[in-house]
Amino acid sequence: MIRPKLQFLSSETVDRVINEAFELLQNPGVRVHYDEALKLLADAGAEVDRKSRVAKIPRHLAEKAVETAPGSFHLYNYAGEPAVHYGGDDVHYDPGSAAIEIADYEANRSRVPVTGDCENFCRVAEMLPQIDALATSIVCGDVPQGMADWYRLYLLLRYARKPIVTGTFAIESFPIMHQLLVAVAGSAEALAEKPRAVFDVCPSPPLLWSDITCANLIDCARTGVPAELVSMPLMGATGPATVIGSAVQHAAECLSGLTIHQLAKPGSPIVWGGSPASFDMRTGTTPMGAMATMMLDCTYTQIGKAIKPGGLPTHAYLGMADTKIVDTQTGLETASGAILGALAGVNMMSGPGMMDFESCFSLEKLVIDSEIVGMAKRLVAGVDDSEEPLALNVMREVGHAGNFLKSKHTRRHFRQEDYIPTEVIDRDFRQTWFDKGALDINGRAHRRVQELIATWQPFTLDDSVLRELEAIAVHHAKAAGLDRLPERTIK
Amino acid sequence: MSEELYKQMAQAIIEGDDEAAAALAQQALDQGIDPLAAINKGFTVGMDTVGELYSTGEYFLPDLILGGEAMKAALAVLEPVLQARGEAREILGTVVLGTVKGDIHEIGKALVGSMLSANGFQVYDLGIDIEAAVFVSKAREHAADIVALSALLTTTMLHQRDVIEHLAEAGLRDKVKVMVGGSPVTQEWADKIGADGFAEDAAGAVVVAKKLMGV
Repeated sequence: MIRPKLQFLSSETVDRVINEAFELLQNPGVRVHYDEALKLLADAGAEVDRKSRVAKIPRHLAEKAVETAPGSFHLYNYAGEPAVHYGGDDVHYDPGSAAIEIADYEANRSRVPVTGDCENFCRVAEMLPQIDALATSIVCGDVPQGMADWYRLYLLLRYARKPIVTGTFAIESFPIMHQLLVAVAGSAEALAEKPRAVFDVCPSPPLLWSDITCANLIDCARTGVPAELVSMPLMGATGPATVIGSAVQHAAECLSGLTIHQLAKPGSPIVWGGSPASFDMRTGTTPMGAMATMMLDCTYTQIGKAIKPGGLPTHAYLGMADTKIVDTQTGLETASGAILGALAGVNMMSGPGMMDFESCFSLEKLVIDSEIVGMAKRLVAGVDDSEEPLALNVMREVGHAGNFLKSKHTRRHFRQEDYIPTEVIDRDFRQTWFDKGALDINGRAHRRVQELIATWQPFTLDDSVLRELEAIAVHHAKAAGLDRLPERTIK
Repeated sequence: MSEELYKQMAQAIIEGDDEAAAALAQQALDQGIDPLAAINKGFTVGMDTVGELYSTGEYFLPDLILGGEAMKAALAVLEPVLQARGEAREILGTVVLGTVKGDIHEIGKALVGSMLSANGFQVYDLGIDIEAAVFVSKAREHAADIVALSALLTTTMLHQRDVIEHLAEAGLRDKVKVMVGGSPVTQEWADKIGADGFAEDAAGAVVVAKKLMGV
């Protein structure tokens, strides 16, 4: 059986990209705005200019990092079972991250989300089997800005069973988030052994590592919590205008991140990921739904898979749309990204649910996108040709009578042979569709959101774990100027 | 004869050719053409055309930015001569622009700077990760009419308020208008922190800046 696979580059071109990336690391080098990272690089033999904070990284140093970085790892669910495999061509999906708005279906507008929205997000995302991991997708506006990053993780850890894709907004937040994760895992060692979460770490294009991203990288490496490099050249704005040119920049940014990370602790898990975009030269926006955006995602994924034998784990922000409401363009862009990324073998695609240039989350879109994800996963499972003979037996058995519905062969295969969607995807006869309320996809999705929220079963952590989570949250909320955590809708 | 030169000047801006623009500016000086005439009848006409082509969708941001760069190249040649004569080109207002402290995002701010320059403002771009106190001192130094603050992150947009507070403490708040922008910034936020203007993109920033200057 062949796994359908999308590749844009010849192996010669892959080598050219990688070679140019290594050359960029030496000239002009990378800007590193964090003393500890500069020291790591300098001690290992990089040429560091303390004044301009530019590090010129010799090729052998970056190559060593590529060598020591693991080719695969797992993320684990709350029960310590492996749930996501970062490696090979396995594909998974998690909701897009860090929305500062939520699309309010009832009000027909977007608004700043609050704790209850994050809780509903947990319910829905947990209930969707197509979605492999959760993400800290909702930035709650009912807590002070200074605690908004770790507060999302706190809520998810209370309610979610799935692994979590997350990240910080500040250097100080990592220890708090690590503390929360350790509270659930039992110990720092247990967490490192079976990581529950991966942290997005975003270099600033072009070729700049800010203090927060360096600190996060080093913290992740030392605690053994996987880091996910999210390099994001914007074609023609903060990176070269060409797909191949931005792929070179992406590779250089990832290689420099890998180097800092692996110097902090060789062998720590790290992902070759990104969130690059085309740049809309009319408006100045960063379209996640543009074809070149998706081509760049697939291209750098191919580089990540080729950079060492067996490849590095890969990630991309795919499966998003730039619309402000759920409409046809939403589906076009989301499905294109989700499907192309699956064909490219991206291990983790962050996107479902996200609209408006990664700023607005829609639960309705999440529900629709999970159907897209179901179809994309079906696609890359390929055409099963394992049966021998392929059709002779069943064709002869059914004969000219022609009713395959009666055949055991049909019953044996139909559930696996196609992805079976929920009623979010309209396949009704016309009159039935009218009788059900003549809803468009947004209406059908909203109905399913309500069903999922209503049927979600609360899940309980051990009392001692819950108390510890709460104690950590209350303590750090006070430090952020909040005397009481917001009321939760789930008790 | 100078008419032909004015046309070439405009064309250099329309084509975004900074080398040609600088050379034409020098040629004008060599031929004894009034620098103000070169600006107003030549280069500015080109910039206006670029703006029109952008607004009709024929031109895109790179065309606009390169047009602005060509304009800068021409002004770099002409302005020292103007200054030496004690003259100045007509500007709509002086803008001190930057991305606030803790924020290293350049592009949005640079776009606003280019658009404002292209539309007749004198822009002092302070760069990224700028302390509130620096905005204040530069606003004073350049006698700014407008202080424009960019922030891309929800965490850093808080510093837009800091700058406004610093301007007030320095006694400058009633002398300058404050414009805010950036991806997470909204009119609501602008109102909340007492900013005078907000726009969601660079073209909008020009409209707001002109309104603030009463033109």
